Amino acid sequence: MTALDAPAVARAPRSPGRAAPVRGRVAVFLKYLSLVLASAVVLVPLAAVLLTSLRTSKEMAGGGALAAPDNWLNFHNYAIAFTDGHMLRALWNTTFILFFSVLGTVLIGSMTAYAIDRFHFRFKKLVMTLFLVASLVPSVTTQVATYQIVNNLGVMDTRWAPVMLYMGTDIVSIYIFLQFIRSIPVSLDEAARIDGANSFTIYWRIIMPLLRPAAATVVIIKGVAIYNDFYIPFLYMPDDSLGTISTSLFRFKGPYGAHWEVISAGAALVIIPSLVVFLALQRFIYNGLASGATK
Amino acid sequence: MSAPRTAGRTPPARKPPAGTSPASAVPPDAARSPAENRPRRPGSRRGKGGARWFTPWLYLLAPLALLVVFTWLPVVDMFGYSFTDWDGISPVRNWVGLSNYSDLFTRPQLFQVFWVSLFYLGASVVQICAALYFATVLSFNTRLRNLFKGVLFFPYLINGVAVGFVFLYFFQPGGTLDTVLGWFGAGPHLWLSDPHLVNTSLAGVSVWRFMGVNLVLFIGAIQSIPPQLYEAAALDGASRWQQFRYVIAPSIRPIISLSVILAISGSLSVFEIPFIMTGGSNNSETFVIQTIKLAFNFNKTGLASAAAVVLLAIVLLVTWVQRLLFPDERVEQS
Repeated sequence: MTALDAPAVARAPRSPGRAAPVRGRVAVFLKYLSLVLASAVVLVPLAAVLLTSLRTSKEMAGGGALAAPDNWLNFHNYAIAFTDGHMLRALWNTTFILFFSVLGTVLIGSMTAYAIDRFHFRFKKLVMTLFLVASLVPSVTTQVATYQIVNNLGVMDTRWAPVMLYMGTDIVSIYIFLQFIRSIPVSLDEAARIDGANSFTIYWRIIMPLLRPAAATVVIIKGVAIYNDFYIPFLYMPDDSLGTISTSLFRFKGPYGAHWEVISAGAALVIIPSLVVFLALQRFIYNGLASGATK
Repeated sequence: MSAPRTAGRTPPARKPPAGTSPASAVPPDAARSPAENRPRRPGSRRGKGGARWFTPWLYLLAPLALLVVFTWLPVVDMFGYSFTDWDGISPVRNWVGLSNYSDLFTRPQLFQVFWVSLFYLGASVVQICAALYFATVLSFNTRLRNLFKGVLFFPYLINGVAVGFVFLYFFQPGGTLDTVLGWFGAGPHLWLSDPHLVNTSLAGVSVWRFMGVNLVLFIGAIQSIPPQLYEAAALDGASRWQQFRYVIAPSIRPIISLSVILAISGSLSVFEIPFIMTGGSNNSETFVIQTIKLAFNFNKTGLASAAAVVLLAIVLLVTWVQRLLFPDERVEQS
């Protein structure tokens, strides 16, 4: 009660120092309330899916969305989702695409950065402009025409179509590498060159190892984006056997339309790896994101 | 010219182990220039192939090929298609001039997708404001700071299809949201099948999903503000709001304006969530869903290309206006 009286007393003379403890306490309360509410908004939808995934189809008939399952270790739905959803195959397809795209992106990005930063050549400005302006073109806008190109290249409906698209349209990673390579002193190249190294040796033995932090950033940003991407595999790999994590999960919708317990298990199966990776690599993910967004 | 050549030739010949010393023995300006021009390499004995004019192009070959094939060629092609009545399959395509464009702007059902974008634009305002608030709160001493940051950020890492399913269940009649609202005595709504409500629901999902990215970016920017500024502000008796208004907001303006521009182009190109959740039914069709349907379901490649050109033009226009309003804003981070 005394605490509530204080602001009235302190209001007349403008002294924030005096008012702070009381108004501060209300502010602190509101601050934590807002944080808890926001966390609830994030967690409740996820919790509902997790709870549902552990219920049996009989339990689904009665009880609200947030009712607890009878048996907390009922993984029956997960088994169905895993086998019927061909999750193993999806995981394999995703891993394949992920591996080659990330590898390609790192090579392409570092090569471009090396060529642009360490050499002087004609049309360098033009090349820079081509990369720069391309970064303004959102890839969703050009899909109609890209589709025709992928078709003509003959890679339609193969795993190479997404690999090529992920490698070819990633301008952000080139920027990350370019920014990073500028901080590597040119004198290192020179020292190596004096020892008789050619440009490829310099690139491979000197620049690449030093670019490792930038490469880690690119691997993380790119990896998250590819694991979660739906658009490109959906458009370019319509074949059932070429389902990735995203498209395989999407195909659940038809056959299991009303079986929420199985769909929930499928969603949880896909979310859990992200959670594990996030908990393991938190700091790197935050940092990678910052350097990715600000280029 | 002579300095680099000596630097290149003599040391490896006479004293092979010298790795760094010859470089430092050369005057600094001479040491700097040879790295950037080619005549120096003929001096080095093993440098064959390392010096030729085409060396940089060897590195750029693959990147440029991919860039041209997957970015520039599609842009050019798309312009071309947009003036034809091509269906995407047949070998014949007729030049129809601007009729695709006039179709786009005169047929209301084609144009209405822009109104849908406004919902997502409104959502991004909410998203950026919420992210600013939480970033400010989480930048000062708060218990469990990292936990809250992690929780609020995590949705960004979740697979888009999974997010779609999570919220399909969430918005279901009698689903999670209705259950929770029921505790507070609010009645159920048809969150996804009411044409007046569907876009609000879907835009809410996009706030849920993307707020964390803005949050993490803003926290990073706030933490790079020198602490003396807060101390000075605190000494002057600035309240939290005043600190935010006069210290934090101006310091992180570049990243805010970047977020705004990403939000605008993002709102125009929403695809995943509405496609997965409603398939574009009940008034929830966005620009990209419509374009994809036109191109791949109705085989109207010409019309779809015109739509894509309009979308691209809007995005470029927004970017250009933003650069115009906030010139040379470099974000200094890390």
